[in-house]
Amino acid sequence: MSLARDIVPGRHRPGTFSRLAAWWGPHPTLQAVAIAGLIVVAWLLADNMFATMNRIGVTPGFDFLGRPANFEIGEKSIAFQAGDPYARAILVGLLNTVKVAVLGCVLATMLGVILGVAGLSGNLLLVGLVRWYVEIVRNTPLLLQLFFWIALAKSFPAPRQAISAFDAFYLTNRGVYVPGLVWLGGPASAVVAAGALLAALATLLVILRRRGRLKGRWLALAALGALIAVVLLLAASGVRIGSQTPKLSGFNIRGGYNLTPEFAALLTGLVVKFSAAVAEIVRAGIQSVDRGQWEAARALGLHGGQIMRLIVLPQALRVITPLTTSTYLDLTKDSSLAVAIGYPDLVSIINTTANTTGQSFEALVILISIYLALNLSVSASMNVYNRRVALRSTERR
Amino acid sequence: MSIADTLVVLPGRASARLATMRQGLFGSLGNTLITIATSALLLWIVPPLFRWAVLDATWSGTAQDCAAGEGACWGFVAAKFRFILFAFYPPELQWRPLLVMVLLVMLLVVTAQPRFWRRELFVAWPVVIAASWLLMAGTLTPPTVPTNAWGGLPVTLFVWTVCFGLATPIAILLALARRSKMGGLRWVAVAFIELMRGTPMVAILYVAMLILPMAIPGGQLIDKNIRAMIMITLFWSAYVAEVVRAGLQAIHDGQYEAATALGLGYWRTMLLIVLPQALRIVIPGMVNLAIGFLLATSLLAVIGIFDLLNAARASATDPQWLGFYNEAYVFAAAIYFVFCFGGSRYSLWLERYLKRSDRR
Repeated sequence: MSLARDIVPGRHRPGTFSRLAAWWGPHPTLQAVAIAGLIVVAWLLADNMFATMNRIGVTPGFDFLGRPANFEIGEKSIAFQAGDPYARAILVGLLNTVKVAVLGCVLATMLGVILGVAGLSGNLLLVGLVRWYVEIVRNTPLLLQLFFWIALAKSFPAPRQAISAFDAFYLTNRGVYVPGLVWLGGPASAVVAAGALLAALATLLVILRRRGRLKGRWLALAALGALIAVVLLLAASGVRIGSQTPKLSGFNIRGGYNLTPEFAALLTGLVVKFSAAVAEIVRAGIQSVDRGQWEAARALGLHGGQIMRLIVLPQALRVITPLTTSTYLDLTKDSSLAVAIGYPDLVSIINTTANTTGQSFEALVILISIYLALNLSVSASMNVYNRRVALRSTERR
Repeated sequence: MSIADTLVVLPGRASARLATMRQGLFGSLGNTLITIATSALLLWIVPPLFRWAVLDATWSGTAQDCAAGEGACWGFVAAKFRFILFAFYPPELQWRPLLVMVLLVMLLVVTAQPRFWRRELFVAWPVVIAASWLLMAGTLTPPTVPTNAWGGLPVTLFVWTVCFGLATPIAILLALARRSKMGGLRWVAVAFIELMRGTPMVAILYVAMLILPMAIPGGQLIDKNIRAMIMITLFWSAYVAEVVRAGLQAIHDGQYEAATALGLGYWRTMLLIVLPQALRIVIPGMVNLAIGFLLATSLLAVIGIFDLLNAARASATDPQWLGFYNEAYVFAAAIYFVFCFGGSRYSLWLERYLKRSDRR
């Protein structure tokens, strides 16, 4: 049978060349000339740049990444000291960017959702307050806000006269102190095992949910049960985690987490600026759901919370999710303003690297590639999500 | 409407408004609680701010007078007004940046009104931009002022309008290339747009600072401001291109087919049929983009150009008036706010206006 199909005369589909020609489209020569022109311009620029680099005694290439970086970094998530290679310095900067971006996205979303819902509460005073907040934040530059926050953070009193709230949060000129969870001891392998177990249980639950075996309340109960079991197992294997609140002792404050003034200012600035964006998106998303949907849900006898959870939010999320994703990307890109207030993020470290090695071209190539990789991967996954949401809506109809 | 009618209508309206207020503030138990909580929050925030900004403020005098007072020092803004607005531009030639600001604001105000949307605008923009450039630099009216002595609000407005004005034609070409059937050019346009949109503006400014002087022959001789403006123009063109592309996508296929049936070629189809409709659709989007760009010009401060924000910051480093950052920032913020808030209101109005005139 398969033989018979193979000997059907003629070609089944266009060949590689004609497909390529179809993709290349009309005016093939003109396009080729235009692109060749662009390549020549790029080549001339590159040639001139390498000539300049040679003249000032810099060898083009990425060898400098292995050379020791003779500067200190004020804030780091992994160990770093002057003399470690540049590659590690850049990694420290990248981790700092990731840290502020992830925390910023989470907090901006939380504040933004609260503000967005408050803006729809129907209470005139609250709605007016939220609108003024959003307008003021949206219509002034982020950099100006950051300058304001860093000036504020530096103007706090010394630790001994710290401004405190609930005796747990302290505002000082050495940074902001907040309570947090701390590691008190126990085998690290137990944590890794618990993480793996938790991931496996979560996957199992997701699969069960997909197949329709587990729904609603039972799903929530199973998830809670799994979580409790894992925590109990951790406790049984001797891992101790406690909460710690900062306390004034002598001239300094000990315990809890210390956010440096730069980090606190940057985080506050990003959260304030982007919470306004998220609030507007949430408001627009909920308002995009037709009023008929509310009325129909009410006619079916659903009450407020149910209408929101079952009818409005699933539809609003189609508008909200893509917009929020691009807001997260904007936040990550705008975290690069850290360089203006002295927080050692990726851009700041790259700038120092460029200035100390003279390899500014290579340093900027690294910087742009990292941001580009991040952006492209997020927008690719966003496209997948959009396709799925669109597909589902046609399936159900 | 007679006076009697007015007398009858007014009380009714007022009481209706009162009823809405009562409903909106104390309509239910939950609503009343929210009102009380919000009032408490406002009482906590507003009085100290008001005391700082108005009651305890020092309205005139020297830094010593201010140091004696508790509140804001508006005398600082009065004393530093010239510097924040014009930075290091020679004071005796100050009329030039002032005139440039007037010219640019007039250009924007005229462009904003739909009744002036004619071909002449395409002439007015390059003319005003060229005139502003010549005035600021003093090429025709010596003495000349080098671009690194430009500063303050004129620089912010100048970079904003010039870069946006130059980015738009590039963006239209990019959008057309991205929508065209020519695979090679389409690919180039996509690569350029994604590269620019995936990169933070700070990185683009560093390219202007560090790479351009090495890459362009004689690049060290090109001034920092101009290098920054080249890169900002390219950077913004990618964002504008995406907005224009949305407009192109909204044009019905029938329009292209009708144009082809009339025997119009590609460029005439685009210039006479497609682009006028597409651009009209995206104008509100472009206005919103322009507002974002005005805020983004403040990033020039990162590479040490004295735009409005950097001038405001530098004004508080004057040894005579050290540390009045809050006053300087409030003043700069107020200027940005006026432009951007006005712009966003205008964008809303324009959207409604365009919808209304489409329906007619």
